[in-house]
Amino acid sequence: MYAGYDMQAVDAKSVRELRFEIEEFHTEYCNMLDRGALDQWVDFFAEDSLYRITARENADAGLRVGLVYAEGRGMIRDRAFAIMHTQMFAPRYMQHFTSNVQVISVEGPDLGLGDGSLIKAQSNYLLLQTLVDGPTTIHQSGRYYDTFVREKGRLLIRERQCIYDTVLIANDLVYPV
Amino acid sequence: MFSANTVIGQTGSFAKEKPREEGHEFKWPAEGLTTVPDWIYTSPEIYEREVERIFHGRTWNFVALEAEIPNPGDYKRSFVGPTPVVVSRNTDGTVHVFENRCAHRGVEFCRQPLGNAKEFVCPYHSWSYDLVGNLQGIPFKRGVKGEGGGMPKDFKNADHNLTKLKVTVLHGVVFASFAEDMEPIEAYLSPEILKDFNVVFKDRKLKILGYYRNELPGNWKLYHENLKDPYHATLLHSFLVTFGLMVAGSKNGMIADPKGRHGTLASAKPDNVATALDDEVKKEMRAYREDFKLADGRFLDYVREFDSPWSVTMQTIWPNFIVQRELNTLGIRHIVPNGPHSQIMLWTMFGYDTDDEEMTRHRLRQGNLMGPSGFLGLEDNEAIKFLQEGVRRSPSERGVLKLGGTSTGSTNSVIDEAAIRGMYAYYREEMGL
Ligand SMILES: [Fe+2]
Repeated sequence: MYAGYDMQAVDAKSVRELRFEIEEFHTEYCNMLDRGALDQWVDFFAEDSLYRITARENADAGLRVGLVYAEGRGMIRDRAFAIMHTQMFAPRYMQHFTSNVQVISVEGPDLGLGDGSLIKAQSNYLLLQTLVDGPTTIHQSGRYYDTFVREKGRLLIRERQCIYDTVLIANDLVYPV
Repeated sequence: MFSANTVIGQTGSFAKEKPREEGHEFKWPAEGLTTVPDWIYTSPEIYEREVERIFHGRTWNFVALEAEIPNPGDYKRSFVGPTPVVVSRNTDGTVHVFENRCAHRGVEFCRQPLGNAKEFVCPYHSWSYDLVGNLQGIPFKRGVKGEGGGMPKDFKNADHNLTKLKVTVLHGVVFASFAEDMEPIEAYLSPEILKDFNVVFKDRKLKILGYYRNELPGNWKLYHENLKDPYHATLLHSFLVTFGLMVAGSKNGMIADPKGRHGTLASAKPDNVATALDDEVKKEMRAYREDFKLADGRFLDYVREFDSPWSVTMQTIWPNFIVQRELNTLGIRHIVPNGPHSQIMLWTMFGYDTDDEEMTRHRLRQGNLMGPSGFLGLEDNEAIKFLQEGVRRSPSERGVLKLGGTSTGSTNSVIDEAAIRGMYAYYREEMGL
């Protein structure tokens, strides 16, 4: 449970539609990351957005630090550029798996289907890392707490909190979650 | 555990990582401090000697920030070297450190990273201890009526307290030692180091922003070397050089204490790095990226909140403590050695209680520089891992520390390894090498 993401009463029929839409969002988002197409990462975010990766212990204690903490699309773009072009790290492959998508609350026109709607959801994620000269390991087990905003019919991230249970990180986390 | 993710040449599979034959004497190379033998990073005997003589010896080890345990009964699970301890605040406000090992059967009883307690109870047989580590109660101490059992008549609780460490607190930073006769912490740090330590901590109330934890598959000394090595800072980190946070040719300093064990890597950010650097310097620094422009440069802003000529001070405090003041992102790193090939890094990031919302957010944004996903932090973690793999797996035996000649201690130039040599001069003495 993450603060601000308490389960609300939601319309059962629209929720099914929204859940499917969020699953599709995750699929596209994770495919983009797993392909290493980080220059497209920013396209999943609304202009005024917050992206944070933090350990469960911080989230539980209400502590605000982020392993990655980006306010707005500019910071997302800068991190993508840095990882793609300037950072030094060993080569690796990442694979994301998401599941257990649950719509938490819906606010706005047409039960979340209209522009300007805010949809909150949580999903589990599993992040596998393969260092090219090593085994494939579970790098993070975590949960997304998402607030999506609908713009021109499309969902964009207003807030994504990536809360990982794998508090003790194996050396580092290079790519976004 | 994670260092075992290595498949090619798992730890312990090379000759350098195995115990030497009976009576083997480790001898530092005759060349002296310009040469570092690989076995200081790989040998299990050397690691054991380090724990005994350094972490359990005459050193002050960082264990906690007072801000983490502000109230009576607050505690933190911590470490001195690899040894688990508990840091506890008593009802009278004093801070105590004792081993996290039940005096009965050795159970590591405290499991929560942070908490509040009236007493500590070992879950196995319910032996209980007060907030200073004294044994309070033993269930069925006198046995069961009619069945006998229980402790012998001469059993005294006072003989079975938790093992207590010496404790000292300086400006909200808690240190502990297994040694009985430590010098005062100010003398231990030295005036040279105290100066920049005070900039961060003196007359400040910290506001904890959160934690990072990671396993770094490299010897613990490599982290000290990293921050006594300004040379790498100007070469490895494109963020430092491209945005002028630390570049060769601008105002820098590597300040060591007289014994050479602590250090402050200091830098003053030039106002405009593009004009501050001449083309000669740019050419040498491969990490300099003229084409790298930030879409949102706010996070590199420097709010001049300190009375100090330096915009960056990275302090290495022997043997397990790093104080990070990188512009306005503040934090400490607690090194927990984890065998010759691994260390656990415990990061606590903080601001001050006087910060307003915008300052807190500035620190959070700037935090992207450091930590296991930091633009600087992750590069150091990778480089240290590569170094450990190199020394473990290769049959060659020697590293070279010749930048700046044979001098030891403080330098103004960043193209110098005198501070690392100074640290090893001290280390050799402590270790009898
Ligand atoms: Fe570095």
